[in-house]
Amino acid sequence: MEETKNKEELLEEVSSEIDDTDVPLDKNVRLMSPTRMVVRRFFRSKLSIVGLIMVVGLFIFSFLGPLFYTQWGEIELDESGKTEYSVSQAEYTVDGVKYSVRQTTEKYLKDNALAAPSSEHILGTDKEGYDIFVRLMYGGRISLTVSFIAVFLITALGVIMGGLAGFFGGVIDNIIMRICDILICLPGIPILLIISTILDASDIDKKYRIYLLMIYLTFISWPGTARLVRGQILSLREQEYMVAAEAMGYSTFRKIFKHLVPNVMPQLIVSMSLSLGSMILYEATLSYLNLGVKAPYAAWGTMINIISTDQDILQHYLNVWVPAGVCIVIAVLGFNFIGDGLRDALDPKARR
Amino acid sequence: MADEKVIENYDPEVILEVRNLRKTFPLKKTITGKVTQELVAVDDVSFSLKAGETLGIVGESGCGKTTLGRAILKLHQPTGGRIIFEGQDITDFNSKQMREIRKKMQIIFQDPYSSLPPRDTVGGILSEPVEVHKIVPKHEVKSYVLDLMDKCGLRDYYFERYPHEFSGGQRQRICIARALSVNPKLVICDEPVSALDVSIQAQIINLLKKLQNEMGLTYVFISHDLSVVKYISDKIGVMYLGSMVEFGTKEDIFSRPLHPYTQALFSAIPHPDPDVKMNRIILKGDIPSPANPPKGCRFHTRCPHAMDICKEEAPEYKDYGNGHCAACHLL
Repeated sequence: MEETKNKEELLEEVSSEIDDTDVPLDKNVRLMSPTRMVVRRFFRSKLSIVGLIMVVGLFIFSFLGPLFYTQWGEIELDESGKTEYSVSQAEYTVDGVKYSVRQTTEKYLKDNALAAPSSEHILGTDKEGYDIFVRLMYGGRISLTVSFIAVFLITALGVIMGGLAGFFGGVIDNIIMRICDILICLPGIPILLIISTILDASDIDKKYRIYLLMIYLTFISWPGTARLVRGQILSLREQEYMVAAEAMGYSTFRKIFKHLVPNVMPQLIVSMSLSLGSMILYEATLSYLNLGVKAPYAAWGTMINIISTDQDILQHYLNVWVPAGVCIVIAVLGFNFIGDGLRDALDPKARR
Repeated sequence: MADEKVIENYDPEVILEVRNLRKTFPLKKTITGKVTQELVAVDDVSFSLKAGETLGIVGESGCGKTTLGRAILKLHQPTGGRIIFEGQDITDFNSKQMREIRKKMQIIFQDPYSSLPPRDTVGGILSEPVEVHKIVPKHEVKSYVLDLMDKCGLRDYYFERYPHEFSGGQRQRICIARALSVNPKLVICDEPVSALDVSIQAQIINLLKKLQNEMGLTYVFISHDLSVVKYISDKIGVMYLGSMVEFGTKEDIFSRPLHPYTQALFSAIPHPDPDVKMNRIILKGDIPSPANPPKGCRFHTRCPHAMDICKEEAPEYKDYGNGHCAACHLL
C-alpha cells in the first residue's frame, strides 16, 4: 500500500490546480496551417514561380488572347491574294558564245499563303493562308483543355480505384490491381491508330475526335495513379487516427474520402501537375501523327505536322512551325517546374 | 433488434460483460487459407463491470492488454467468447449495427501524436463525430464543441488550431474531448498517459476522474503503471500472456494478492525512499512468446512456486470470495 503513496499524494496535490498548469499557446501566436506553409514554401522557389508564370501566361494567351486579337479567326483565310514570282535561269553555249536565259513566271494566288511576319500577320501565315499567331492561341485552347480534362479524369478514376483497392484489400485489391496490370500491358499507340481509323470511318465531328481519343488515353493511364493512391492508402490505413476513425463509427465512404484521400493529396497534386505536361506532349504527338485534331482546326501538334510533308517549309519558313514547338516546350516545362516546386513544398521533412 | 439473443444471467447494473473472450491472429496460412499457426493474444478472459466503475487492467508489454481493449470495441473481431454491452450481445453485430454502438463506447489511444488526423483543425476533429452521429442540431454543434473543449481544459481559441501546434498533454486532452464528443457511457483508455511525462500524467488522470464524476462514465483503464491504476481504479484485472490471472476490487488485490505473478508485480512498484528495504520478487527469464505459449499454467516457466502439476494442467479461474478471482494451483 505504502509504496505508491507518494505518487498518489502528487496526484492529489495537482488535482486542485488542474487546467492551469498547462502552459497554453498564446492567443496571438499563430502557427501556420499546413496548406499555408506549403504555399509559402512553393513561392520561395524561383523555379516554381517561373513555371507558374509560364503556365499562367500560356493560359492568358490561349483563352483571353482571341478575345482581344480579333483580326483573324481560327479558320479564316487571308484571301487578299498575292502574286508569286518564280525565276528560272538557264545557261548554255552555242558556238563558243555563252548565252544566259532568265525566265520570270508570275503566279497569282487567291490566298495570302506563307506570308512573312508583318504588322498584318504577326507571325505570318501558313501554307493555306491562316494566321499563325491566331491559330497558336486556338491550338493552345485545345491542348490545355484536353490535357486538363484527361488529367482530371485519370486522377478521379485513379483515386476511386486505388482508394477502394487500398482500403478494402483482399479480393477487391487483387481484382483492381490485375486490371491495372492488364491495362499497363496494352500498347498505347497501336491501339490509338486503330481507334483513329475507326473514328475516321464514322462521321464524328473533327472537333470532338480529340476528346474521344483523350478518353481512351484516360482509360489506359489511370493505373499509374491508382497504384500511387493504393500504396499511400495501404500505409495510411495502419495509422492510429484511422483506428480512431473506425472507433468513432464513421462510414467507410467517409473514412476513405475524408480521412485517407486528403492525406494522399500532396502526392496526387505532384503527379497531376507532372502528368499535365506529359498529356500535352501526348496530345501534340497525336496531332503530329495526324490522329488528333484535324485540319482546318488548329492544335500545336497539327501546326508542326506540316514539316513532315514539306521540306521547303522546314528549311525556309521557320515562322510556320517553330512557334508551335516553342509553345509545347513552354507548357511542358512550366508544368514540370510547378510539379517539382510542389513536390519540394509538400515534402514534410523540409521544414521551412 | 428482432434477432437479439436472450442473454442468460444478466445483471442490469452491469454495463459491460466479457465472457471467455478470445482473440487470435493467424501467423501462417496454407494456400487454401487454413491457419496452421496462430498467435493467441487474448485467451479466455471474462469479467464484468458495473456502470460508473473503473476497471484497471495491468500487465507487462505484450500481454494482450491493448488487444483486449480493442476487441471489446470490436476494432478487432473477437475469435471467440461474447461481449455483452448494456444487455446487448454485440459480438456478432455487423459494421452498421456497430456504428450505433460506437456512440456509447469510445477509446482513448496511447499515442496522442498519431491518433489525431494531421490535416484537420481541432474544431474539425471534434465537430465531425458530433455531426456524423447527430448528437445536437447542426447550428448548435459549434457551441457544443466549445463547451466540451472547456470541460476538457482546452481554450476556445484552440478551435481553429492544428494538432501539430500542441504538446502531448494538450493533444491527449483533444483525444479525450473527441472520445467524449459523442456522449459515451464506456470509455476504453488504452494507456492514455504512458506517452506523457509525470506532471502531465497527473493532470490527464485527474481530468479523466473529473469527467467521470460529471458525465457518469465507465472506464476500462489499461496501463502498466500500477500507481496510476491504483489511483483511478475500482477493480483491477491482472493479465499475463493473454489471460487474466487475477481479478478483483482494488482493495482486495492490493491487500491480498493471490496469484504469484500479481505478488511479483506489486513487489516491483518503486518506492521513492531509497532507504526502504524492498522485498522484490525477481522473476526469472522473459515472458514466453504468445505464438508458442507454455503448456499447463502459462506462468509456470517463471513462477517461484512452480509445481509439477503446473506444467501439465492449466489452473482453473475461480472466485475466492467477494468477486476476487484468480487462476493458480496454489490456492
